[in-house]
Amino acid sequence: MRSDVSPAPVAGPATDDPPALAGPPPAVGDVPVARRRRRPRAVRGLLVALLVVLSVPFVFPTWWMATSSLKPMSEILRVPPTLWPQDVSWGAYADVFALQPFAQQYWNSLYIAVLVTAGTILVASLAGYAFARISFPGANVLFVLVLAGMLVPAEVTIVPLFRLVNTLGLIDTHWPLIVVPIFGAPSVLATFIMRQFFLGLPRELEEAGRMDGLSRWGIFWRIAFPLARPAVAAVAIFTFLKSWNLYLEPIVYLSSRENFTLPQALTQYVDAYGGPMWNVQLAATTLTVIPVLAVFLVAQRQFVQGLAHTGLKG
Amino acid sequence: MTSGPVAVRPRVRSSRTRGSAAERDRLVGYAMVAPQVLGTIAFVVVPLVTVAWYSLHEWNVLAGTFTFSGTANYERMLADPGLRDALAASLWFSIGLVVLNVSLALLLAVLLDQRLPGTTTFRTFFFSPVVVSLVAWTIVWGFLLQDDGGINGFLAALGVDGPNWLRSGPTAMLAVIVVQVFKNVGLNMILFLAALQSVPEEVQEAARIDGAGAWRRFRSITLPLISPTVLLVSILTVVGSLEVFAQIDVLTGGGPGNSTTVLVYYLYQQAFRFNEFGYASAISVLLFVIVLALTLIQWRTRKRWVHDEV
Repeated sequence: MRSDVSPAPVAGPATDDPPALAGPPPAVGDVPVARRRRRPRAVRGLLVALLVVLSVPFVFPTWWMATSSLKPMSEILRVPPTLWPQDVSWGAYADVFALQPFAQQYWNSLYIAVLVTAGTILVASLAGYAFARISFPGANVLFVLVLAGMLVPAEVTIVPLFRLVNTLGLIDTHWPLIVVPIFGAPSVLATFIMRQFFLGLPRELEEAGRMDGLSRWGIFWRIAFPLARPAVAAVAIFTFLKSWNLYLEPIVYLSSRENFTLPQALTQYVDAYGGPMWNVQLAATTLTVIPVLAVFLVAQRQFVQGLAHTGLKG
Repeated sequence: MTSGPVAVRPRVRSSRTRGSAAERDRLVGYAMVAPQVLGTIAFVVVPLVTVAWYSLHEWNVLAGTFTFSGTANYERMLADPGLRDALAASLWFSIGLVVLNVSLALLLAVLLDQRLPGTTTFRTFFFSPVVVSLVAWTIVWGFLLQDDGGINGFLAALGVDGPNWLRSGPTAMLAVIVVQVFKNVGLNMILFLAALQSVPEEVQEAARIDGAGAWRRFRSITLPLISPTVLLVSILTVVGSLEVFAQIDVLTGGGPGNSTTVLVYYLYQQAFRFNEFGYASAISVLLFVIVLALTLIQWRTRKRWVHDEV
């Protein structure tokens, strides 16, 4: 099968097997031995060495972030740099919470991302299902209209949306960070992915439900939606991360510290002269990054598949 | 067919309701798409129309002015050296990003396709920055790139006097590009990996028997076969590169001077620093036109690519 690099990847039927596209390559053992001739040992060693060198800029920043956050100010910029703190100090972590309402900001990011994810899954699977399965007059026109949302970068509409939010008196509230992503442009990609999935779902499954007297809603809730787990997982992962990482909108809409979200809060650890307080900033950054990285390591397969779609969008 | 938890409760229905089943189905269809359609209208279509309307106005929030000014903002754009610089910065950023991102993604994908030991671990390494918060990633790189930061620290340990990366125009732009490349190259790598694994092994084998070396096979077989993916990924990377904002704001603040003030950052400055909402709207329209043009090119090439495949 040729791999189909269009944003249709989770279109496979609802088996537990992940779809082929953009998935991790098959494990080494899966491949017939004759498939590829082995290179000489020396060449293979050289290639592995190259991979190790190439890994440095991907792995080292995270290592450097975590270890530097444990260094006292006297050590953090020392030359030559120390790869592991000579005396481990947790003071920066205490400062993270002392200087800003960091726990509150953490909670803000978390609850906003959870609401946006849940809302997007609901809106996108409903719309995706209807566009894939129900024929109603004007369906194509409406679908093209919705797809237009993918053409419009958030930056293009930030001025009119700012004015709208301002008129509604919702500046410095979380409403625009929750409502706009759920119903607006960011959820369009999710709708598209859900539609592709439902298009690939065998109609016979629904026919059986219809025979048993289920209504359209019943078919959706009891048959189609539960089968859409792989697509929902993909949508959930990229939606959550997108909300968790949102930066432009928070700095435009929010102005008081207790309302800040994490990406915005991270940039606020500066001293009286505007210079960054490195160890505190890196401690806060570590607290932001490590949980997501941990979940990624556990559910790597789903992450890679889920995020491959967003790469397609750009 | 499936052993999923699909509990189907039979329901009896009268013949009267069954007559209008198709009509009810249509209503359900409208109800299901309504949230997304209305949301798109409210948060995409209407703002798009209003931003075009605003762009025809002299609108300064601070001064409280909002007067129709025709094409004045567009004439101002033509004469604005700041905008010209921003377009140039965007162009450099996009070119640098695409070249570095696509070639590195291709290199990584090819290396991961060699069935070397530890491939899975390396794939995890290369992909991991994708899930790291962009601002967090940028902060760490900012720390590394400080004049007295980690990179110059290690260089000093080797006896090299490193430049002040973020304080001179060319290296600052390079830094912003490199930070973005390492952040997201894992995504393109996965797309290339999928394309590489779809290249039929028999073709490779045939070329091998004909005596073609590894590089020759890559150039004459693999690359042409995956070139549609390369093209697609390149265009998508360009479109994505136009939206770069957080890295610039955190790493350089558009400086030094305005050397890293790309189009989106210029738009942000005009609107939210200088309160020039009318002029910012005109820049928004320009940004939209550029993205639209690139997307149309992408669609055309994708169509052609599909034909090639059949």
